[in-house]
Amino acid sequence: MEAPPRRPAINFFDLLTEEIILIILDHLRDPLARKSFSQVCKSFYSLESDHRKFIKPRILNFLPNVLRRFPSISQINFSLCPRVEDDTLSSISLAWNSSLETIDLSRSKFFTQKGLSSLATNCSSLLEINLSNRTTLTDSSLKAIGEAKNLERLWLTKCKSITDVGIGCLAVNCRKLKSICLRWCLRVTDYGVGLIAAKCKEIRSLDLSYLLITEKSLSAIFELEHLEALVLEHCHRLDDDGLVSFKKSCQSLKVLNLSHCQSITHIGLSALTNGAQNLEKIILSYSLSFTSDLAECLNDSPRLQSVNLDGIMVRCSGIRAIGNWHSSLKELSLSKCRLMSDECLSFTVQAHKELRKLDITFCRNITYASVDYITRSCPMLTSLRMESCTLVSRDAFLLIGRCQFLVEIDVADTDIDDEGLESIARCSKLCFLRLGMCLNVTDKGLSYIGSSCSKLTALDLYRLSEITDLGISSIADGCPSLEVINIAYNPNVTDNSLLSLSKCLKLRILEIRGCSCISSRGLSNIAVRCRQLTLLDIKRCNNVNDEGMIQLAQHSQKLNQIKLSCCSVTDVGLLALASMSCLNHISIYRLNKLTSYGLAAFLMSCQSLITVKLSTFFKSLLPEHIQESMEARGCVLVWREKESQAPFRRLNRWE
Amino acid sequence: MQAKISPNPPSFPDFSLQQSNQLRWEDRSMSDNDIWMEALFREFNQACGTQSLLSCGSNDGVKIPNPENCQMGDTSRAGKLPADWDPSIMLENLSFLEDKIHQLQGLLHLIVDKKGQQFGQPEEIITQEKRLITANLTSIIVQLISTAGSLLPSVRLASSNTSPSVGQHGQIPGINFLSGLDPSSSSIQPQHDIIDNICDQSNQIDHTNMCEMEQNHMEEHELKDEEDVDEGENLPPGSFEILQLEKEVILAPHTHFCTICGKGFKRDANLRMHMRGHGDEYKTPEALAKPNKESVSEPKLIKRYSCPYLGCKRNKDHKKFQPLKTILCVKNHYKRSHCDKSYICSRCHTKKFSVMADLKTHEKHCGKDKWLCSCGTTFSRKDKLFGHIALFQGHTPAIPLDESKAPAGQAEMEINENNNNNNNNKGGSINLSFGSSASCCENGIQNIMDGKGITDDPISYLSSLNFETCNFAEFNDFPRPPFEDATEGLFPFLMSESFNYSPKSGGESCPDNLV
Repeated sequence: MEAPPRRPAINFFDLLTEEIILIILDHLRDPLARKSFSQVCKSFYSLESDHRKFIKPRILNFLPNVLRRFPSISQINFSLCPRVEDDTLSSISLAWNSSLETIDLSRSKFFTQKGLSSLATNCSSLLEINLSNRTTLTDSSLKAIGEAKNLERLWLTKCKSITDVGIGCLAVNCRKLKSICLRWCLRVTDYGVGLIAAKCKEIRSLDLSYLLITEKSLSAIFELEHLEALVLEHCHRLDDDGLVSFKKSCQSLKVLNLSHCQSITHIGLSALTNGAQNLEKIILSYSLSFTSDLAECLNDSPRLQSVNLDGIMVRCSGIRAIGNWHSSLKELSLSKCRLMSDECLSFTVQAHKELRKLDITFCRNITYASVDYITRSCPMLTSLRMESCTLVSRDAFLLIGRCQFLVEIDVADTDIDDEGLESIARCSKLCFLRLGMCLNVTDKGLSYIGSSCSKLTALDLYRLSEITDLGISSIADGCPSLEVINIAYNPNVTDNSLLSLSKCLKLRILEIRGCSCISSRGLSNIAVRCRQLTLLDIKRCNNVNDEGMIQLAQHSQKLNQIKLSCCSVTDVGLLALASMSCLNHISIYRLNKLTSYGLAAFLMSCQSLITVKLSTFFKSLLPEHIQESMEARGCVLVWREKESQAPFRRLNRWE
Repeated sequence: MQAKISPNPPSFPDFSLQQSNQLRWEDRSMSDNDIWMEALFREFNQACGTQSLLSCGSNDGVKIPNPENCQMGDTSRAGKLPADWDPSIMLENLSFLEDKIHQLQGLLHLIVDKKGQQFGQPEEIITQEKRLITANLTSIIVQLISTAGSLLPSVRLASSNTSPSVGQHGQIPGINFLSGLDPSSSSIQPQHDIIDNICDQSNQIDHTNMCEMEQNHMEEHELKDEEDVDEGENLPPGSFEILQLEKEVILAPHTHFCTICGKGFKRDANLRMHMRGHGDEYKTPEALAKPNKESVSEPKLIKRYSCPYLGCKRNKDHKKFQPLKTILCVKNHYKRSHCDKSYICSRCHTKKFSVMADLKTHEKHCGKDKWLCSCGTTFSRKDKLFGHIALFQGHTPAIPLDESKAPAGQAEMEINENNNNNNNNKGGSINLSFGSSASCCENGIQNIMDGKGITDDPISYLSSLNFETCNFAEFNDFPRPPFEDATEGLFPFLMSESFNYSPKSGGESCPDNLV
């Protein structure tokens, strides 16, 4: 297999065994790098082809070539192909019948039971299928999937048409199932779930959110010996009355999610967690109030590490009871617990000194005292989220520097100032920082971050009216690994900022919405240098015009999503974008200079589109057959009237 | 359809059964003292008011054409009034008795003293004294008798009236009967002297009360029989008498034959009704009474039945012998297990039955089986299908052919089904077929409707009685599906209390008493 020597001189690659080359190849994560590798020589090409395990096709026109070139594909992700037909599925099932293990069809449409059947019968080693979002998936499709006897993982989220009958077929045939997600499968009832529990004894993970199941099927589920994760979000039929006589216990259970189960109080919870010795994580968010009784239920779980109590009505006694638990928590989420007081929080964090992650977002009553206790008692903290803790004073942020292991800090919408940032800058491992809406932060504060947080990968500077190009450039200079940055609605940020940000070669997501000083010139710098760019938000950048689009089209080959609304882009710019092979999502509201012809040409020529958001104005102007053909391609046209929307609206990408 | 619906238990125009219903109700109200119970009781009475009048009419036709029957009707009504066991009233009565006795004692002392002092008093005074003493004694005895009911807690009829009044006399024989006193015994005799008309009635009432007692007994028996035979009774071996009928006897269509004309009947009650047509001697209460009831009080060995088929679990020679409770059980068991299934469903032409009633039950639901297993078995209930699939390896639910058509409506229905939990489709249909028993008032009306058309003509009424009981018999031939789940939640009291309806064994234990 080695490349034939072309010259009498020693070819060093001859000295490498195939195995070593393959190991090197495994370390090339970037698809483009792999592409370069394969194009070095014929032998590398064939090595790479034989070794390729994973593909994520964009356009299925080249599928026959792909099938021939890569003989041992085990994972296919069709999430960029909105249209996948039965023929495609049957041809891949024949080509990779022994190697295919994982297939993701969660974003695809148009395939039927026939394609699934060929997939299931031909690919004997199929382990995982994702069929989420196929609301029209029928019971007969599930029966077809039942032929995949070795199937271990199945996702059926939002398959609203499937019933107990289909689930029954599946449960009887796929005895090796380890993980199944039936979220939103509203027609599946106790009978189907009970049958899964009765037949598939290997189940590890079960997601039954939104189902109308009762304790009847739970008693079957709790018989499962290996069950580790059970998700019961929004299961409103589960209540204390039913669970009060529930006697089963599941010893293997590690994760229990009872989010939004508003009929379950400490009675039901104690029935469910009774004997769950291995419970590690429990999610009780948006359920009933957290009382000391409820806390008592979890006192007997020695391995409990993570507790999520988001949006729950917290009683002081309940939180204090957490402080008395035997287990030492590593993660605690208390976001939107509006009644949380300093006293309770301090007591709790003092008892759990091992805490790694703490989320107190929207706990508006806590003050300096809490931050003091948190930073003093939990030195190992890696993640601290305290967005909108508005009563916390400036001084308190000076204390955050005590926790030097912090990787993630969210102090958006607080009173933090430059001194606070100076303290935060002591966390040298910091990767994620959110400073949005912190109006006291200036360039000086950003320079502290830029000077010491070299590992920063994501930064949110949303609506910091004080910052200028200077601050951005200090960040760009000091944080070369920056991947995500949001500088939306900063009026003082100009093209110079983009010029400095173009030094961050790993930049993936750039949000410069509402920065009216930015023009196509700045955008061109980004386009030329930041080749990894996948998401660009230039909404309301009035000075960005066709030139910027042309630059993007030429250089940003990976651009996946672009928000162009309210720019000065015309038909020319849009048509330039049509040449991009990766562009999947685009929103083009209120492009005043756009005509229906330009739009039609763009829609027809840009083959990779999946979602197009555009104003209803064009609906009548766009020819019917174009709309139909878009639909046939699997592209969704979202028509919306966006004229009257207020410009000041909080967009939060981080949540 | 009307014929099928009408013969549900409360619609018997059977006077005695009706009476016993009332008895049971009184029983309840006596023991429970629950206000709602009483209220219900009144409601029930109102609903059945016309019926009890009807039953008076039936007496008119069947029994003694006595104008005082109306009065009897009244007394029976008086018996219906809900009365509490009130200790204060009883105390009052006792002290009244005590006063009377003291008075009498004083009077007698006086007489004795007088006798000691002077002899030869005028006859007049002596007779006057005698009369006074007799009157006093009578008063005491009457009082004693009238309160006897409330004094003895075991007496059923007692509590209705504790204050002495004429209206209560109707009860006296009942009390006598229950407390084991002979109505003709000397202690009661004076009462007959004082109160008019009682003699004529007592006979009559005695009889009705007898009936009541019998019925009561029967119902208790029924209640005991409620557990299904299949569940096993756990009777110790030897504690019951095993009877084994021959195959021919079992398969014979009739078990009771008229000795005069030879006509066969399934039930002895029907035979007795039939016998009335053969002469007045068959119309006496004795002839119409249920046989074998003289020995009620005697401890009798329980009868159990064995299937003549050798090797059958129901055969007495089987190692794990499980006896059958009644003759009807034997019949149904023998037909189902050891006979050809000759009745074929006219709809699906596949299901076969050996018992006609089974076929009829099936035909009601035939074609409605929408839950299909891959093995070809169909189920009318989803939970049964899933139970089947959970049980057998490799069986899967079969997907209906018109799956593509599966409408949203079905989903809703399923959700509904879920909501009702036990009240699934089948429950619903049962509710429908037994619909009339669900509502008390409706029933009352229906009874009136049933009865009214025929009460004008006593003869046709007689035949109607026959007709009704016939239907009842047929009705009982149906093996009843276990629907108590479905109805109990809605009308538990109606089902188990007022209608004397034993849900599980109903069809099989009733004939036990009637045969």
